[in-house]
Amino acid sequence: MARKTIRTIPQERAVMSVQDPEVRSKNFDEVSHGFDLENAMLECERCLMCPEPACIAGCPVSIDIPGFIAKMLEKDHRGAYDLLTDSTQLPAVCGRVCPQEDQCEGVCAVGVGTDLEPVAIGRLERFLGDMAIEKGWQKTSHIVANRFRVAIVGSGPAGMACAADLAKAGCSVTIYEALHAPGGVLRYGIPEFRLPNTVVDAEIANLKALGVEFQCNILVGRLFTIEQMLDDMGFDAVFIGVGAGTPHFMDIPGENLNGVLSANELLTRCNLMHAGEFPKYDTPLGLGRRVAVIGSGNTAMDAMRVSLRLGAEEVHCVYRRSEVECPARREELHHAQEEGVTFHWLTNPVELLGDADNNVRSIRCIQMELGEPDASGRRRPVPVAGSEFDFDADTVVYAIGTSPNPILGQTSHIGLNKWGYIDTDDSLATSLAGVYAGGDIVTGAATVIQAMGAGRKAADSIRRYLGIRS
Amino acid sequence: CFPIVSRTDFSETTFLLEIHHPMMAKAAKPGQFVIVMVNEHGERVPLTIADFDRVKGTITLVVQAVGKSSREMQDACQVGGSIFAIVGPMGIPSEVSNAKKVICVGGGLGVAPIFPQARAFKEAGAYVIGVVGFRSANLMFWEEKFKSVCDEFVVCTDDGSAGIHGLVTQGIEQAIIAHGDINEVVAIGPPIMMRACAETTRPHKIKTMVSLNPIMVDGTGMCGGCRVRVADRIKFACVDGPDFDGHAVDFDDLLSRLHRYKPEEKQAMERYSDSCRRL
Ligand SMILES: Cc1cc2nc3c(=O)[nH]c(=O)nc-3n(C[C@H](O)[C@H](O)[C@H](O)COP(=O)(O)OP(=O)(O)OC[C@H]3O[C@@H](n4cnc5c(N)ncnc54)[C@H](O)[C@@H]3O)c2cc1C
Ligand SMILES: Cc1cc2nc3c(=O)[nH]c(=O)nc-3n(C[C@H](O)[C@H](O)[C@H](O)COP(=O)(O)OP(=O)(O)OC[C@H]3O[C@@H](n4cnc5c(N)ncnc54)[C@H](O)[C@@H]3O)c2cc1C
Ligand code: SF4
Ligand code: SF4
Ligand code: FES
Ligand SMILES: [Mg+2]
Repeated sequence: MARKTIRTIPQERAVMSVQDPEVRSKNFDEVSHGFDLENAMLECERCLMCPEPACIAGCPVSIDIPGFIAKMLEKDHRGAYDLLTDSTQLPAVCGRVCPQEDQCEGVCAVGVGTDLEPVAIGRLERFLGDMAIEKGWQKTSHIVANRFRVAIVGSGPAGMACAADLAKAGCSVTIYEALHAPGGVLRYGIPEFRLPNTVVDAEIANLKALGVEFQCNILVGRLFTIEQMLDDMGFDAVFIGVGAGTPHFMDIPGENLNGVLSANELLTRCNLMHAGEFPKYDTPLGLGRRVAVIGSGNTAMDAMRVSLRLGAEEVHCVYRRSEVECPARREELHHAQEEGVTFHWLTNPVELLGDADNNVRSIRCIQMELGEPDASGRRRPVPVAGSEFDFDADTVVYAIGTSPNPILGQTSHIGLNKWGYIDTDDSLATSLAGVYAGGDIVTGAATVIQAMGAGRKAADSIRRYLGIRS
Repeated sequence: CFPIVSRTDFSETTFLLEIHHPMMAKAAKPGQFVIVMVNEHGERVPLTIADFDRVKGTITLVVQAVGKSSREMQDACQVGGSIFAIVGPMGIPSEVSNAKKVICVGGGLGVAPIFPQARAFKEAGAYVIGVVGFRSANLMFWEEKFKSVCDEFVVCTDDGSAGIHGLVTQGIEQAIIAHGDINEVVAIGPPIMMRACAETTRPHKIKTMVSLNPIMVDGTGMCGGCRVRVADRIKFACVDGPDFDGHAVDFDDLLSRLHRYKPEEKQAMERYSDSCRRL
């Protein structure tokens, strides 16, 4: 068969249906429906099967992308799924939430230097992940049990990926989670309309099927320490994947007014505690009618789109840089724009103003312009003198980043770096023997796939540490 | 699930639950708290660990029914039953300093959480003056228990039905005058009472620790809902506290933030009362 070229492949991406913005901004159903079989197969046709695939290098966990697409083209979906899951534990999740434009798709030969859209790698991955959930596929390579017991702290993507690999290697694995439900950010952060809980539940069920035990309501550090897990509780190794967590505020006047909260709080109330269904569920939400969200990353987008769905009449995004620098996934930004969020680029809040009852009523902003590049290479936003203006907001949500959760640092002798994140070497070993760490608590806020990759890498190091042959 | 092994009702609104949780009983230290969900639909309710028994493997909570969730606990939590979720111990344990002479102040329900601290000071060899305050004598609880860890014990009631006719601040003032060498005051109770205690000790420059109770969600430092202002900086009470220097706390800020969900709380309570009446 002749090699495909840019000119011979279907020029347009295969169609994937999405909910109409008018309709979806009022419900929590998933925004994108995913490919059907026919369109998935059409999209596979667009892959050039590059001999030196850039996409693989672009994926943080080096998924054999042309490999799984080739199997799909042979209609061997099961084979494609197995190949996919050689590298990723969470295809249905990452297919949905990876920032593909910065990773696999960003370097795909179809999109680079052309005006074509790259192969929709993420959507194909999601297709296979969903098919596996629907058909109940499990990769049950025969597990040979060993005598090792490993504890995982935190049930986010890092913890789950580490648990899966160690369970497959024969270890008895227990995941400890502080909240009453597992999943980490996948559960309490990313909303249903981007990542349905049924998908998270399916991934958790897969882990349980591998023999992984989940123990929720366990705050490690306080109920028992990392050291106690090794010394008294009989664990041979520990993996820490507790996420970053602790939200930042700006320290401007008015921040403690009522109606001012972090995106983490808003999303936790809504996603984990079902505050949107108050009073059927007991947790209140207290969302106003005019919501302003500060920041424009994925967390900000989620907070804005959740607010719309919970009935806010106006949702404003305030971001001090320009649209070009917006760190969110492109798709989320576009979806938010379609759903009616108003964006104030190059705008920075300087003060929050309240009423006599200490409720926030408006937000004072200053216009910014882009100056010289800063350490991150992005042009630094600088305030334009005298450009202050106010607009009304009765809810103000901060989504400007997080710092490391302090609990394990407070309660153990584990080495931290100067920012308070857990210090590790290249193998993800921490300063405590037998204790490994990965995900946001090591790197700072990053992505699901990076956390998952770190979990797998740590599992590999733990296997070597315990002397388990692969 | 976490079994309830005993329950005592102190009054119409205040009750004690003893819960079986051996690991927590082993780990708990004075000043720490738990977060409880009564059922799957429930809120996450923070409650101080009022006592723990490492031998029996239990922890004790003392709850005041003030709104929907605590009322539901009062109605639903019976011996033989269990609690859907309980996590902890949370927060930094109280620092039991090497103070020689301390006043431990408990206002109303605050008597329960101050007890383990008073006991810890006593065990550390301090001279402990207990000052407890209630609206009225019939609301008093744990008198004997508290007395047993105190060198002096002062009761104050709003209506004069027992002890000093007046507020705990009067009890503190008297003790400060009588002794002159108090090293530390620890006060737990409603925010208004803690503020009054801090104001009472400020002129005497006596270190005064208070335990803050802002609205919490996760209790793990993740949401920032529990932020309080201390010495003009933002602190998260669940991971940086709950104990803080009373002279540095912005109590106005705390008080106003505690009212954040008043309309929803009222609505939830009315709905709950209605549904109870219908039964
Ligand atoms: C709102 C939001 C949207 C996002 N959107 C995207 C996206 O679209 N795409 C993307 O790739 N990334 C996204 N991210 C980032 C991504 O979710 C994180 O990088 C990733 O979840 C980090 O995984 P983790 O396993 O390190 O930690 P987490 O997912 O944070 O999980 C940590 C878990 O550990 C638990 N824990 C913490 N402390 C303790 C303790 N002491 N004891 C026991 N358990 C503990 C926590 O409760 C939590 O469940 C988003 C993040 C947020 C907040
Ligand atoms: C660290 C800490 C320790 C506490 N210890 C105890 C204790 O030992 N015994 C006890 O009876 N109470 C204690 N409280 C207070 C208790 O959590 C609240 O009374 C309870 O949450 C009220 O819930 P509700 O639904 O019954 O009442 P609601 O009507 O919902 O609320 C009544 C008032 O309680 C406060 N409150 C509401 N929700 C919360 C929440 N999620 N977190 C904190 N405060 C809230 C608000 O000020 C509100 O106005 C403690 C609070 C904290 C933060
Ligand atoms: S895991 Fe993410 S980056 Fe890797 S191929 Fe899949 S979508 Fe692309
Ligand atoms: S870079 Fe694009 S076209 Fe080439 S193999 Fe990867 S997905 Fe296919
Ligand atoms: S309760 Fe969420 S950070 Fe303290
Ligand atoms: Mg309530």
